[in-house]
Amino acid sequence: MLAGLDTTIAPPPGQAYYKATANPAGAGKERVNIEDKKEKRLLWVSHMTRIRDSQDKAAFAELYAHFAPRVKGFLMKSGADASLAEECAQEVMATCWHKAHMFDPSRASVATWIFTIARNRKIDVLRKQRRPEPEELTWGPEEEPDQADVLVLQQESELLGRALADLPAAQRDLIQKAYFGDLSHSEIAAETGLPLGTIKSRIRLALERLRHVLK
Amino acid sequence: MAELMTDIKHHLNDDILMGYSAGTLPEAFNLMVASHLSLCDDCRAQLESFDAVGGALLDNPADGRDVTMDTGSLAATMALIAGGARDEIRVTRPAGKLPAPLQDYVGGDIDAIKWKPVGMGVKQAILPTSKDASARLLFIPAGVAMPDHGHKGTEMTMVLQGAFQDEGDYFARGDVEQADSDHYHTPVADIHEDCICLAVTDAPLEFKGILPRIVQRFINI
Repeated sequence: MLAGLDTTIAPPPGQAYYKATANPAGAGKERVNIEDKKEKRLLWVSHMTRIRDSQDKAAFAELYAHFAPRVKGFLMKSGADASLAEECAQEVMATCWHKAHMFDPSRASVATWIFTIARNRKIDVLRKQRRPEPEELTWGPEEEPDQADVLVLQQESELLGRALADLPAAQRDLIQKAYFGDLSHSEIAAETGLPLGTIKSRIRLALERLRHVLK
Repeated sequence: MAELMTDIKHHLNDDILMGYSAGTLPEAFNLMVASHLSLCDDCRAQLESFDAVGGALLDNPADGRDVTMDTGSLAATMALIAGGARDEIRVTRPAGKLPAPLQDYVGGDIDAIKWKPVGMGVKQAILPTSKDASARLLFIPAGVAMPDHGHKGTEMTMVLQGAFQDEGDYFARGDVEQADSDHYHTPVADIHEDCICLAVTDAPLEFKGILPRIVQRFINI
């Protein structure tokens, strides 16, 4: 995940999220919540497999119910009106179906994979630009990925989600603006009235925190 | 595929990688990033982290939970799916000196670049990108100082062939130099080989005006 947090230094499965639970009070409740989310994450992975292997419409419908409104919300925050965002979200979800064989759960969570599809659609439709992609960007696994790798990656995704939720509001806000508001750092500075240096240092602090939690 | 470079010393910074992941960079900068990622596994791993941040934000937005899909949305999507996947034409480029994303813009490898001379043996080829930033390939004969350009915005230069030296730093294939507005520099091409670079900038091209300042200089390495 972040900055050198690749599988080589990933914590062994089953330990990482206890470490991340910084607040002992209410830790039990949080843990249940995390377990819940982890289950969900692995559920999406198995849904993708069902879509890929047996064109499972029920699995797709559940994936759709969860992700389509999120994609639509993302596109609306990036400047699309509701009807354009609806149309694009449908296209993004259709792409998930067609490209299910390209999804590699040892490299990304389903949410991350869908994010990259939605982002590319945004550049295409809203910014009307070509999107140069690196060569051989292989989401497509040559063979079935190792289950242990899948678990580690999916667990790291959960940690990252938690770390992001735990960020101080000011930092989280800026990260969200940078990703969803379709704003450059200078544009964020103009919108928030904060000096560019403050924006950059808050974002840098946020990234450092995320890296720290993931180590 | 162009071979991966394991000894790249000058990488993309977090700002640029995050912008590429968020999809907020001008096309010319996206081209720079995609070209570098094609040669650099380290930065590619970093990018996956930034994509993961985007995924976490998508999954758990702080607000906007009230967005709902239109009535009949799922059925409309199933109809889209039944209509088949949209054709994507991806030309598979043979391995060459230029990374694949650059080959797409050039229409081939190094020998397909349509150079225009700008003096002192220096040549350039402007690549077609959106107007908010510009991308060009530069050819600098071995040992020649690059045209110095006072830039107003951010300029990034990546070496594709040969090498250059700039204020004590050495940049070889795959290395990226990033210069911000107040940066004054005169990179000099390594004597051993003609240097080819990709340069992108978000300020308007000011190439003509600086022509008289091109100085041929030789360095001893």
